Amino acid sequence: MTKTPDELFEERTKRFADAIALKEPDRVPVAPTFGFFYAKYAGLSPEETFYAYDKWSLAVKKTVMDFEPDMVNNPRSVIVAPGPLLDIVDFRQIKWPGHGITGSHSFQYVEGEYMKAEEYDAFLDDPSDYIIRTYLPRIYGELKPLEKLPPLSSMMTGYLATHLTSALARADIMNALETVARAGTESLKWRAQMDSLHEDIRAMGFPFSSYSAASVPFDVIGDYLRGTRGVMLDMYRRPEKLLRAIEKVLPMQLKAAVLIAKRSGNPRVFIPLHKGADSFMSLEQFKTFFWPALKKLIVGLIDEGLTPWVLVESDYTSRLEIMRDIPAGKAIYHFEQTDMFKAKDILGDVVCIRGGVPNSLLYTGTPEDVKDHCKKLINIIGKGGGYIMDSGALIDEAQPENIKAMIDFTREYGVYS
Amino acid sequence: MAEDLVSAIAELEEEEALRLVEARLAAGYDPFKILEESRRAMEIVGRRFAGKEYFIPDLIYAGEILSEISVMVKPHLGQNIEVERSDKVIIGTVAGDVHDIGKNIVTFMLDINGFEVYDLGIDIPPETFIEKIRDTGAEIVGLSGFLTLAYDSMKNTIDAIREAGLRDRVKLMIGGGQMDDGVRKYTGADAYGRDAAEAVSLAKGWAGIKLP
Repeated sequence: MTKTPDELFEERTKRFADAIALKEPDRVPVAPTFGFFYAKYAGLSPEETFYAYDKWSLAVKKTVMDFEPDMVNNPRSVIVAPGPLLDIVDFRQIKWPGHGITGSHSFQYVEGEYMKAEEYDAFLDDPSDYIIRTYLPRIYGELKPLEKLPPLSSMMTGYLATHLTSALARADIMNALETVARAGTESLKWRAQMDSLHEDIRAMGFPFSSYSAASVPFDVIGDYLRGTRGVMLDMYRRPEKLLRAIEKVLPMQLKAAVLIAKRSGNPRVFIPLHKGADSFMSLEQFKTFFWPALKKLIVGLIDEGLTPWVLVESDYTSRLEIMRDIPAGKAIYHFEQTDMFKAKDILGDVVCIRGGVPNSLLYTGTPEDVKDHCKKLINIIGKGGGYIMDSGALIDEAQPENIKAMIDFTREYGVYS
Repeated sequence: MAEDLVSAIAELEEEEALRLVEARLAAGYDPFKILEESRRAMEIVGRRFAGKEYFIPDLIYAGEILSEISVMVKPHLGQNIEVERSDKVIIGTVAGDVHDIGKNIVTFMLDINGFEVYDLGIDIPPETFIEKIRDTGAEIVGLSGFLTLAYDSMKNTIDAIREAGLRDRVKLMIGGGQMDDGVRKYTGADAYGRDAAEAVSLAKGWAGIKLP
């Protein structure tokens, strides 16, 4: 008898939950984390990928139907904001197809010191004011006039501050606010499309790998505010301010991630790591600026009954001992270039390990190469449970037959007896 | 006295290094010697980076200190004296990819190891690489890329170099986030370097420079 989509949904969810609890599921779960592969596989042009909401939805559904992964990577973590929305606000922090990037389905980040070194105090004193009057005008071209708003805290005197609303009547600020309204309308349209895609995929019997997401404070500050170079220099020149900013950002990230996870009903929270890798900072710096907040983020989510899925991008082999220090059986560490076998040795009794298939193999190898590699992963890392088969990084480019080989082989060979 | 400055820079003691430079310039010390000491300090920084004693932030900070020193010293130099460098390397991030942190570090490491480096920048189309090979006669080319889309972009670049009849004149190395030896085979490059130190050894090997 064939199973209903609901039964399959439960089966897949349980398979994942067992692996996360460090038990042996019926077999090794396999969940390739698709990125722009959705678009490439379905034959979308780069512009369609960012601009045609319906085609993007169909591409995701087609990929899911053809490959039947145990979990579906949330397409909203691939395209966070679509082209029309970025156009309306004149977004400056990324380049996307048709806007500074040709021939790629993906977007790329524009590195910059969006917050200057001497602005730490303003950020620390009143982050919301800083974001609205200084940061947004820099990253959204169309919101530049917001820098002319009076300090937001001046509004706390109610009746006495009512006259400050005159600022809102400035032609340029009114324009900017109209842009916000248009962006909001477009955003709702996009959200409705993504919500119905989510429901469709649920109805097809597939859970999402995650719904909510959070970032490590060091990455928030380095990626979005200070830039890589800026945050690296801050570790030497103004470590106290950087640490205070990390402390300030942590509860904000945690609160938002918990709220969205609870609202969605999906307990898995995606945490991609960017700047804490072996080559990106010394072990001492990792222990000072990166790990304490990451640990608090992980433990904070677990305390709320949620499951952190930490995508450990690049190589963290030298940090594995430190990363052991979390509650057992409650989280996923997804490794990219870290030594997986060492990870199993050091972390196997603490955290579910995910990943191990190099993205380069999925693109340049043959199905036989992929199977050989997966066999080794299942034999060693899959031993005793607590393992999820996946690529190392988000999959943008891959040969479809290699993805199929990875999934089919795991289904067959990954059965626990 | 010279050793103070070398060690201040190499130990990343920014304030101390700048104080020393200022004091020396005020005392009429030869500005070229200051630059020479800075260069020696950067060699130490480079060695520590290659030995995994220093990491990317240390390199960036050292570069920052060096550029501050350059600014201070510059007005005291009569004329620029170009150092004669023989072995040329062209480097760039391939078309479609705009990442540059890794590439900049390789450029820095090659530079302090005595290579003449032509850093073309990011999102570089094959024609620009070809032009630069013709212009400079460089025999070593480094292709950088962070994203998986760079696989094809690197392959296209190398194919174009071949079609231009230049493939036998250059040694090609690739490096960056998602690269490995499988990608090297796919693109047709001569070598893959895992990090900046490997890029330097590869370039030295090709240039016929004796490795320590």
